[in-house]
Amino acid sequence: MTSTQERPAAEIGAPRKRKEDARLITGRTRWTDNVVLPGMLHLAMVRSPFAHARILGIDTEAAENAPGVMAVLIGTDLADEQGALPNAWAVVPEQKAPTHPSMAVDHVAFAGEIVAMVVARTAAEADDAAELVDVDYEELPPALDLKASAADEVLAHPDLGTNVSAVWTFDSAESGTGQDVDAAIATARESGIVIEREIRQQRLIPAFMEPRSIVVDPTAEQLTVWSATQVPHFVRIFIALVLGIPEHKIRVIAPDVGGGFGGKLQFTPEEVLTVIAARRTGKPCKYSESRSESLMSAHHGRDQVQKVTLAATKDGTVTGFKAELLADMGAYLGLVTSAIPLLGALMYNGIYKFPAYRLTFTNVFTNKTWTDAYRGAGRPEATFAIERLMDELAAEVGADPLEIRERNWIKHEEFPFDTVTGMRYDSGNYEAATAKAKELFGYDALRAEQRRRRESGDPVQLGIGVSTYTEMCGLAPSRWLGSMGYVGGGWEHASVRMLPTGKVEVITGTSPHGQGHETAWSQLVADRLGVAFEDVEVLHGDTQIAARGLDTYGSRSLAVGGMAVLAAADRVIEKAKPIAAQLLEANVDDLDFTGGRFGVRGTESGMSMGELAFAVFQGHKLDGSDVERSLDADATLDPDDFSFPHGTHLCATEVDTETGGVKIRSYVSVDDVGLVVNPLIVEGQVHGGLAQGIAQALFEEAVHDESGTLLTGSFVEYLVPSAADLPAFVTARTETPATTNQLGVKGVGEAGTIASTPAVVNAIVDAVRHLGVTDIPMPCSPYRVWKALQEGTRS
Amino acid sequence: MIPAGFEYYAPTSVDEAVTLLHDHEDAKVLAGGQSLFAVLRVRLAAFESLVDLGKIDELRGIRDDGDALVIGAMTPHSVVQIDPQVFDHARLISLATATIADPQVRHRGTFGGSLAHADPAGDLPAVAVALDASFVIAGPGGRRTVGASEFFQGVFTTAVGEDEVLVEVRVPKYTGWGAHYEKFNRVAQQWSIVAVAAAVRLEGDTIAEARVGLTNMGSTPIRATAVEQALVGQPATADAVRAAAERAADGTSPPTDLNGDADYRRHLASVLTRRAVLAAAGTG
Repeated sequence: MTSTQERPAAEIGAPRKRKEDARLITGRTRWTDNVVLPGMLHLAMVRSPFAHARILGIDTEAAENAPGVMAVLIGTDLADEQGALPNAWAVVPEQKAPTHPSMAVDHVAFAGEIVAMVVARTAAEADDAAELVDVDYEELPPALDLKASAADEVLAHPDLGTNVSAVWTFDSAESGTGQDVDAAIATARESGIVIEREIRQQRLIPAFMEPRSIVVDPTAEQLTVWSATQVPHFVRIFIALVLGIPEHKIRVIAPDVGGGFGGKLQFTPEEVLTVIAARRTGKPCKYSESRSESLMSAHHGRDQVQKVTLAATKDGTVTGFKAELLADMGAYLGLVTSAIPLLGALMYNGIYKFPAYRLTFTNVFTNKTWTDAYRGAGRPEATFAIERLMDELAAEVGADPLEIRERNWIKHEEFPFDTVTGMRYDSGNYEAATAKAKELFGYDALRAEQRRRRESGDPVQLGIGVSTYTEMCGLAPSRWLGSMGYVGGGWEHASVRMLPTGKVEVITGTSPHGQGHETAWSQLVADRLGVAFEDVEVLHGDTQIAARGLDTYGSRSLAVGGMAVLAAADRVIEKAKPIAAQLLEANVDDLDFTGGRFGVRGTESGMSMGELAFAVFQGHKLDGSDVERSLDADATLDPDDFSFPHGTHLCATEVDTETGGVKIRSYVSVDDVGLVVNPLIVEGQVHGGLAQGIAQALFEEAVHDESGTLLTGSFVEYLVPSAADLPAFVTARTETPATTNQLGVKGVGEAGTIASTPAVVNAIVDAVRHLGVTDIPMPCSPYRVWKALQEGTRS
Repeated sequence: MIPAGFEYYAPTSVDEAVTLLHDHEDAKVLAGGQSLFAVLRVRLAAFESLVDLGKIDELRGIRDDGDALVIGAMTPHSVVQIDPQVFDHARLISLATATIADPQVRHRGTFGGSLAHADPAGDLPAVAVALDASFVIAGPGGRRTVGASEFFQGVFTTAVGEDEVLVEVRVPKYTGWGAHYEKFNRVAQQWSIVAVAAAVRLEGDTIAEARVGLTNMGSTPIRATAVEQALVGQPATADAVRAAAERAADGTSPPTDLNGDADYRRHLASVLTRRAVLAAAGTG
């Protein structure tokens, strides 16, 4: 039998329109908030307006007597029942964390923390009664500033005794993967270049389109939970572990989910409390958060201070890199809050060959909304730091920023390359991506225009920003996760089922929330089994159907989950082979499988996969106990290593020096995400990623006042850009296959976000560097650009 | 995001609306709802009664009344934006209206509702001030007309009383004037950090008359009279307009918020005034 991979790939690589789009775009689908059950009750949460306070008492009487109210629950009612929300990643064994209740009992640690819950017949009655719950608070001084909190000036949790959760260090000299960074910096101070910067990665809010929503039905044998989550399998396990409900008595469904960006990679207080309300009342319960609640209390992202030092020779060859990070955990540790800096900690070297490297991060509690994964999770922070520094190094040397990068990057013939942090980059071609980006961008012409504008003193100055990024994708090899302190694994599971009529059901453990797995996985299976794209149905997001899985995050779905789908499809072919041999009365070794058909070599005799499926369904002509009457197969795949997408992004900005306004004139991204299954989906992921990365550079920031109240609590203040605020992107690809999976795919979900932020900020600084500006804090609002220009001109 | 409960009334005449407002203690007028429902839904405000003006035909439409245009308070932005009479005689309104929020908001939101809401960062108040519009208000005692300078009294506060309804806005004709609304914000759907509404009448290359209104430079929209006076008789050149525009922030006390401090807003007012006037004069 020949390998199916030798067939022309009709489906893989085809720009299929997404089969899920019609229902998602029209909204006529199964959002959790659309679930309506007989007798269903509705919840409203009462949340603390204070960042840090003691609860002295809660008067629920008025709320209890309000129309339609079935119950009002407060923390002291639930103290024994609610357990503690989990953190799944101890980055160091001695990691400290406060107990994380779903509902505060006597102490609130951030504005937005739940202190009471109203259960009522309608959502409106629940909201009305929630306003009647009278909470007596004693305000405590809040820990808000990250640096001050790291120094324990004010304690976010007085009982914990410190705000420092963990300190983690990687040193290339100690680990034997490189040299001593202090020596490199000392040498550079004497005879080379040292660039030092303090960078603020501002706090961001994931701001997914569909606010979170939960429905719990306690009336069947299995407790059924619908949740707008990225991780239904996690939710099932944690309901079991936290609430002590046996796992086999729980079914979790993530129906269609409207975006997540990491913000729905969480096990939430609201999920716990909705389960509790449903079990206590014995009736189905629904909680759907408002946008205001979502912005205030769904976990936030980023929020780091990065103190970074780059050592180089006078010609711009990097000799060492050192980083000291402070990471704001917020008030509690969520699922992987503690590991967000860790996920970038081994990637600050980017695409470059650094001889020496040391990174320390300190995880710090404050009285703000807890942070956790947000698109890119640690890697945007890493990429921003190194790509900003490379532009500053170029300026110091007086060289073109692309030349400086080329001087330091890993050459394509040097792969696989073991980096200074001990990662193995399997493949890449930075030269090819950069050459393509330069050409599409019109790099030389834009540089010439930049010179003209500078010389003429044009009030609108032009800047060019570069970002040559890489990232680790395909989270993750279970062995690596275990070695880093994570309690779970990183495998993925899939099933492929041949139905009697020749149609195919694919069951995936990934849990798409906008990514298009139904389309892409259909393409994979159609290609491999030789069936029509339309004949494949992809099922997901229901633990009763997709019993095993580890869900969707970290650009893992295709590289891990998609490869599990392929492995399952291959097993279907293997199972079908002896059956086909029996039915065709041929020797197994004489069969070919091409184009979805088993044929007897050298004859016209053969059977399609569909015919085989029906024959197996009948079972009439099958003989012997060694032939299973099924063409269904499962596969679980645990990758050996990460994949490393990379690319070159170029951004041209026009900076209005009179107003500080920034306009992106053009943006070119050339991404190398390995083999592409569906270029339309890749394009969509890149566009969305770019929008979110650009938003960090220009627009978005969660801001708190001095009492810890979120000032950006609505979309009036928290500026999510729309299409009108973004340029027309020019996107292209190079294709260097990954060697860590059978198809050579890498992952694209986070690439745009990781790459674009430094490209934009570099472009802004480049536009006004000659006016004395060397840095602008993010987001680079007109006001901040204008202030930087005022200060630059003064100095 | 569910408003607190309220009684809902939908009168079909102005008199009926005024009576309802008069007879109900905690009643609020509902026009297009684009500002009101946002605050009701997040429960920043609650009213016992809402009096919806949407069924009062008299409040809709635009008519020519000799030397003025009369715009009904309940005329949606989307209608004002493309109305040829407005474009011919009060182009500043057409241009500013086109910058309001997004098409959905412009379809629901109304001309009078936006003015009566009196958000200092809203686009139409500065335009009304610049164009010296007057406001016809109906109350239990009959109708009265107030000028733009009296109409806007503070943040979200106007001359319209609790039992009164804004009926229509009279805008003097500025036929043949150049106009421009220079809006400066961070994303397309955001309110202005500062915006400048400018209308100029040229005689040859000389500015014969000018009207300049400032958005979000204080608790009410502000007419930049110092700039207007400095422009009269000047050539419509970059240098002359620049000199006049430097007086844009004279006497203003602009707010400080996440988007900028008062100094930045004063600076912006000057830059944006120059750009608005030059664009209005056709030389920008």
